[in-house]
Amino acid sequence: MDNVTLIEARDLSRRYGANTAVSGLNLTLRKGEILGLLGPNGAGKSTTLKMLAGCLAPSSGSVLINGIDIAENPKAAKAHLGYLPEQPPVYPELTVNEYLHYAAGLHGVPAIERFAAVKRAKESCGLSDVAERLIGNLSKGYQQRVGIAQAIIHQPNVVILDEPTVGLDPNQIREIRALIATLGQQHSVILSSHILPEIQAVCGRVMIINKGRAVYNEAVDQQLRISSIILGLKRTPDLAALKNIVGITQVQTLPSGLLRLSIAADADPREALADAAASNHWGLFELRAEGKTLEEVFVELTSGEITVHESPEKSLKEAA
Amino acid sequence: MSTPFPTISIIASTEARRIFVSPLAWAVLAVMQLIFGFVFINMLVDYARNASMSGQFMGVADYIGGGLYGFATIILLLVMPLLTMRMFSEERKSGTLTLLLSSPASLIEIVLGKFFGLFAFMLATIALLGLMPLTLLSGTHLDVGRIAAGLLGLLLMMMAFGAAGLFVSTLTKEPTIAAVGGFGLLLAVWLIQIVGNQPVPFAAFFSYLSLIGHFESLRRGIFNSADVIYYLLFTTFFLWLAVLRLDMERN
Repeated sequence: MDNVTLIEARDLSRRYGANTAVSGLNLTLRKGEILGLLGPNGAGKSTTLKMLAGCLAPSSGSVLINGIDIAENPKAAKAHLGYLPEQPPVYPELTVNEYLHYAAGLHGVPAIERFAAVKRAKESCGLSDVAERLIGNLSKGYQQRVGIAQAIIHQPNVVILDEPTVGLDPNQIREIRALIATLGQQHSVILSSHILPEIQAVCGRVMIINKGRAVYNEAVDQQLRISSIILGLKRTPDLAALKNIVGITQVQTLPSGLLRLSIAADADPREALADAAASNHWGLFELRAEGKTLEEVFVELTSGEITVHESPEKSLKEAA
Repeated sequence: MSTPFPTISIIASTEARRIFVSPLAWAVLAVMQLIFGFVFINMLVDYARNASMSGQFMGVADYIGGGLYGFATIILLLVMPLLTMRMFSEERKSGTLTLLLSSPASLIEIVLGKFFGLFAFMLATIALLGLMPLTLLSGTHLDVGRIAAGLLGLLLMMMAFGAAGLFVSTLTKEPTIAAVGGFGLLLAVWLIQIVGNQPVPFAAFFSYLSLIGHFESLRRGIFNSADVIYYLLFTTFFLWLAVLRLDMERN
């Protein structure tokens, strides 16, 4: 994967009168990444995306798209961007073809390449069959696809999708997710959602925003890191003997007779445990890792007022 | 990168298309044509009856063309806000404004694109209004220059109406409010003439500002570049305000 930084937002803040929607947010998106923006309703996801797309000027901070400051040189910066807002920006009175030709022209696709660009976008969004129909007569799912087609028609480096699957039925959601995964192969994608499985299904990295601040920013496989181990032994040895195994910090006996071993960060003592159990004849019958799910992380970070208010400094550093 | 022109023409052609696929434009054109036709026939009959009185002082182009176009300004004052009301407020309401704002098109290009899209409608109206008196060409000697001056005046007037309506449309999210506001603004500028007629300070200044006065001479077939410049300035001023307003919204 290339390590080119396509979006760099530094210390982004936005106030609406007395309300602060986003404060001190840092965000980077590298080439080929799919970043999921997660947060409860009203957390500032849409505001953040609007600022990244150049539709809203930040109260302070700066946004660089492919190294170009969007405030100083909006025309050049926006040429690298495709944006789908919460509501797909489609004209109901135009046909899909007319609309996509318009979007292509608007995004600076030269006239001779426009036809090919429209064809390509229709194919990748599954719109070829409805190309001559009026957008107003299409279902919500198809309108959403037209919105996505509009965002990728000029083959931008970065595609920003604001809640792309909201209001769709489960089949449509699966189709849109598959489409986003395909997009991620050629473009970098930022998408926002408040649906956890969606982020887990398509994103490589997740950023959780709460009350306008980034409170979590990790690769998706990162949160599936082992937090504890469940161990089942027929002949339970002295708990101190278990603690001697490298990486185990605490041993707790569960009501079911199983043991829960807390482990040090980045340690994986499972192999050592199996070896020890075999050589000491503990009668090992169960050994499994317990991970923190994204949902647990999300609830932990967004439900408690404490997490956010006590350590804004720390969460900012994490975000950076 | 694209130069400003292609972007403006792309926006303008799509705007024009959107105006003419909507039933509103056709309904407006149909109703206008009905009213204009009625007034036209009425004037024609009137002129024919009083033919002896008119003679060398009042030509047919003057009486019918001038009269029809004078009347048309009032109708257009009512109609233009209906067409401009959708241009920004409806886009804002349905969220489609984002398409324009997130595209590489600048605000000036967006506003000019919309305006020139509307221009297509103005040209259609002018064509309808021009053809009516021109039907008289077969039966009489028509002063085509006077008709042309009147049409130019109407076009300039519509541009001014359109620009003002476009600006009001950027202020709100509700198309109906944009229509009422646009109508109010136009009427106010129109009626400044009344202030100009009163014995108040700067009376001449007020009557100069009014939209009516500058149309009068064009309607009579007098092409005065100061009047043309007045309308162009008026148009530019409100388009510029629309750009400022959109920029304010982004911040």
